[in-house]
Amino acid sequence: MDTAALLLAALVLLAVVWFVSDPLRRSRGPDDDLEDPRIADLEARKEAKYREIRDAELDRAAGKLSERDWRPLDAELRAEAIEILDELERLRAESPGERAKIDG
Amino acid sequence: MVPLGAACLIVSLPVALYAGAAALRGGRGDRRWVDSARRAIYALGVLLTIAVVVLEIAFLRNDFSVELVADHSSTTTPLGYKLTAMWSSQAGSLLLWAWVLSIASSAVLYLTRHRHRELVPWAIAVLGGLAAFFIGLMLFGLISPSAESWAFSRLDPAPAEGVGLNPLLRHPAMAIHPPMLYSGYVLFSIPFAFAIGALVARRLDASWIRSTRRFALVAWTFLTIGVLLGARWSYSELGWGGYWGWDAVENASLMPWLLGTAFLHSVMVQERRGMLKVWNVSLIVATFSLCLLGTFLVRSGVLESIHAFGVSKVGGPLLVLIAVVILGSVALIASRVDDLRSERRIDSLLSRESIFLVNNLLLVGLCVVVFWGTFFPLISEAVTGTRSSVGAPFFNRVVPPLAILLVLFTGIGPLIAWRRVSWEAAWKIFRWPALVALATAVLLVALSDARGDPLSLALFSFAAFALAALLGEFARGVSVRRALHGGSVPAALLAVVSRNRRRYGGYIVHAGIAIAFIAVAASSAFQTTRDLRLSPGQSATVGDYEVDYVEPTQQIDAGEQRLTFGAVLEVTRDGEPVTTLRPSRNYYSGMSDPALGPISGFFEGETTSEVGRRDGLGGDLWAAMQPDLVAWQDEIRQADRRVLAVTRDLPADDPEAATFANDIQGLAIRALAESYASDPPPANFRVNVNPLVVWIWIGGAIGVGGALVALWPSPEARRRRVAAADAARLARDLSRA
Repeated sequence: MDTAALLLAALVLLAVVWFVSDPLRRSRGPDDDLEDPRIADLEARKEAKYREIRDAELDRAAGKLSERDWRPLDAELRAEAIEILDELERLRAESPGERAKIDG
Repeated sequence: MVPLGAACLIVSLPVALYAGAAALRGGRGDRRWVDSARRAIYALGVLLTIAVVVLEIAFLRNDFSVELVADHSSTTTPLGYKLTAMWSSQAGSLLLWAWVLSIASSAVLYLTRHRHRELVPWAIAVLGGLAAFFIGLMLFGLISPSAESWAFSRLDPAPAEGVGLNPLLRHPAMAIHPPMLYSGYVLFSIPFAFAIGALVARRLDASWIRSTRRFALVAWTFLTIGVLLGARWSYSELGWGGYWGWDAVENASLMPWLLGTAFLHSVMVQERRGMLKVWNVSLIVATFSLCLLGTFLVRSGVLESIHAFGVSKVGGPLLVLIAVVILGSVALIASRVDDLRSERRIDSLLSRESIFLVNNLLLVGLCVVVFWGTFFPLISEAVTGTRSSVGAPFFNRVVPPLAILLVLFTGIGPLIAWRRVSWEAAWKIFRWPALVALATAVLLVALSDARGDPLSLALFSFAAFALAALLGEFARGVSVRRALHGGSVPAALLAVVSRNRRRYGGYIVHAGIAIAFIAVAASSAFQTTRDLRLSPGQSATVGDYEVDYVEPTQQIDAGEQRLTFGAVLEVTRDGEPVTTLRPSRNYYSGMSDPALGPISGFFEGETTSEVGRRDGLGGDLWAAMQPDLVAWQDEIRQADRRVLAVTRDLPADDPEAATFANDIQGLAIRALAESYASDPPPANFRVNVNPLVVWIWIGGAIGVGGALVALWPSPEARRRRVAAADAARLARDLSRA
C-alpha cells in the first residue's frame, strides 16, 4: 500500500461519512412516508386476490373451469376480496398517515 | 488511478460494516439510522463501481504494474477479453461478487425505501454483512499476499509484457459465463436477506415475496444464461464431446438453479393461498446456501474439477459463511414455526397448488441426487477413508426418471386452475395434449430407434404433451381475446401476452424447458461417437457419414504465442459432400515456466482444442483432434537443445538478447510446424453425430425470453400503482379479465 492510496482512502472515507451521516444530522421526525406493514400486507393480499379473480375468469372463458366449478369459486374469491378491502378500510381509518394521504 | 481503486476498496469495508451496524440500531426504532444504513449501501455501490472501473482501465491500458493485469492479460490480448479478464482471477471474481451484490442491494433498497419498515433493517444488516465478508476476503490479501485475493497488488518494476489470459478462457461464451453465473448467485442473496428480515421481524406474510420476486426471477434468468453458456463452452472448447459432464463445478451451478426454480413456483402458492411458508423460507435459504457452495467449489479446490481454480485460502472462510448461513437460518426458522403456519389447506389434489407441490418435490429430489453424486467423493472419504467417485453413470441412471416426470408436470401445471377443478373439466383440457403424446409415442415406436429406449420414449411423449398443452393455452387465450374484443390472431396474441405477462411468460419458459429436455434426451441417447486414429488420406465411417482425413494444417500466432496443429476432414453421406470440418489443437508457449524447454514447453504446458463443428437443426457433426506427438519427442528435444545452445549464454536483462532468443525460438517453432505439414504424424480424432443439440440452445433462449416477458412490468401493474379508492378499483379490476 502506498501513501497515495492511503491519502485517497482518507479523502474518500470523508466524502462517504458526509453522505452517509446526512440522515443522522436531521432531527427525528414522524414515519409518515413509510407504509404501514399491516396495510402493505393487505395490499399484497388484495393484489393477489384480484389476480386470482381475473385468472379464474380467464380460465372459465378458456374452458379450463366449467361453469359449475367457476361459480362457487368466484363467489368465494369475491367474498375474500371484500373481506380484505373491509380490513384495509378499517386500518386506513385508524392510521393518521394514511388518512392524511387519502384526505390530501 | 490504481491508488483510487485501492482506496475505494479499502474504504468499502468499514462502509459495509457500518451499514450492517446502523441497520441493526435502526431496527430498534430510530428510522434515521436505517436511512443512514441505506445510504451506506448506496455508497458501497459507488465505491465498488469505482474499484471495478479502475481495474478495467488498468486492463485496457496494459498497466502491468498491477499484478492482476500482468498475470491475466497481455498487449496482444483482444480488447473484449481484456474487459473480461478481471474475473478469470480469484481477486477479480471476488470483486465481481461484491460489486454485483452492492448494486443489487442498492436497487432493492431504493425500490423498498417507503416500504417494509420492520424487515428492511434486518435485510440491510444481512446484505451489509455479506458485502463485508467478501470485501474482507479481498482485504485479507493485503496482509497475506499468498491468498491472492487483493485485486490491486503492484509489481515494481512492472514487466514489459503480461502472461496473457488462460487459453481455455479465450472463448466468447467463457467471457460472459462467469458474470452471468455470479450475478445469479449474488442476486439470490436479495430474497434471502428479505426472508431473514421477515423471519426476524415476524412479518411472514407474502409482502417480502412481493418485493423480491422479481429479483429471484432475475437471479434465475442470469443463472440459466450462465449454465447454458458454460455448457456451450464445454461443447465447443473442451474437446471431450459433450456439453454436460456432471463435473462438480457444473453441478454446483445446477443445484441452485433447481431449487431457485422450485422457489419461483412455490412462492406463487404463498402469494395466493398463504400456504408453504416454511417451505418457501427454507427453499430460499437452501438456494442461497447452494449459491455460496458453488462459489466455494470453484474457489476451494476441495473437489476435482476441470473448472476449479485450485486450492486457495478463501475456501475455509467461505465454508464458515455457509455454516453460519445454514445454522443461523435453521435456528431462526425453528423459532418462528408458529408464525409460519399455513393460513389454508390444499382444497383438492386436482389443483394448481397440488401440481406445484409435486413439481417442487421433483426439483428438490433432483437437487438432492445431484448433491449426493457431487459430494460422494467427500462423503466416501469421511466414511471409508478412501475417496471414490460415482461419476456420470450414477447421474445418468438416477436423474432421467425424475427429469421425465418433471417434463410431464411442466405441461400439467399450466392446464390446471387454482384451488380445485372437476375431473370432467380436467378431462376436457387434458384430452388433446394426451392424444398428441400418444400419437408421438406411436410414431416414435413405428419410425425411430426410440422404441429400444423406454426412458427416451417417455420423455419425448411427455414433452410432446407439455408442448401441446402450452400451445393449447396460447390458442385458448387468443380465442377468448378475439371473442371479447375481435382483432387478428397476432394482435390478440400480443394483447393476451402483454396483459398477462407473468402467466404467459411462464408458459414460454416451460416451452423452452420442454424443448431443451427433448434435445438433451436425443443427444444423450442417440449420439453416435467414434474414436479414430487416422493419417492423411485415410477415412472411416461414423454413423451414416464417411469421414476422410484430407490434409494436416499448421498455424503460428506470434502475438498469442500459439502453435496450432489441425486437420481438414471431408464429410460425405452416400457419396455426396456434406461439410468440411477443421478441428485443431492449440499449443501455447511455456515460457512462463522455466522448468520447461523453449520448444517442449509448447507441448507440455497448456493446450486447448478447437472443435470442428457443423451445426444443424437435425443434429451436429462434431470433431476434435489430437496429433500423436509421441513419435516426435526426439525431434522436440533436439529442437530444445538447439535453441538452448544458441541462447544459453545471452545476458538475462538485455532486451536485445531477449528479442534475439524469441527470434531463435520462433525459427525453431516454424521449422517444426513446416515439418508437421509435410510429414504429419497420425492424429487421434473423436467424431460425434449429436442429434438435436442445437435445440438445447434454442430451448434455453426461448426460456430466457419467457423469463424476460414475465419480468417486464405489465401496463396493469403500472396503472395499479396510481389507482385511488379501493372500492372503485375492485369493481373496475373485476370487470377487466
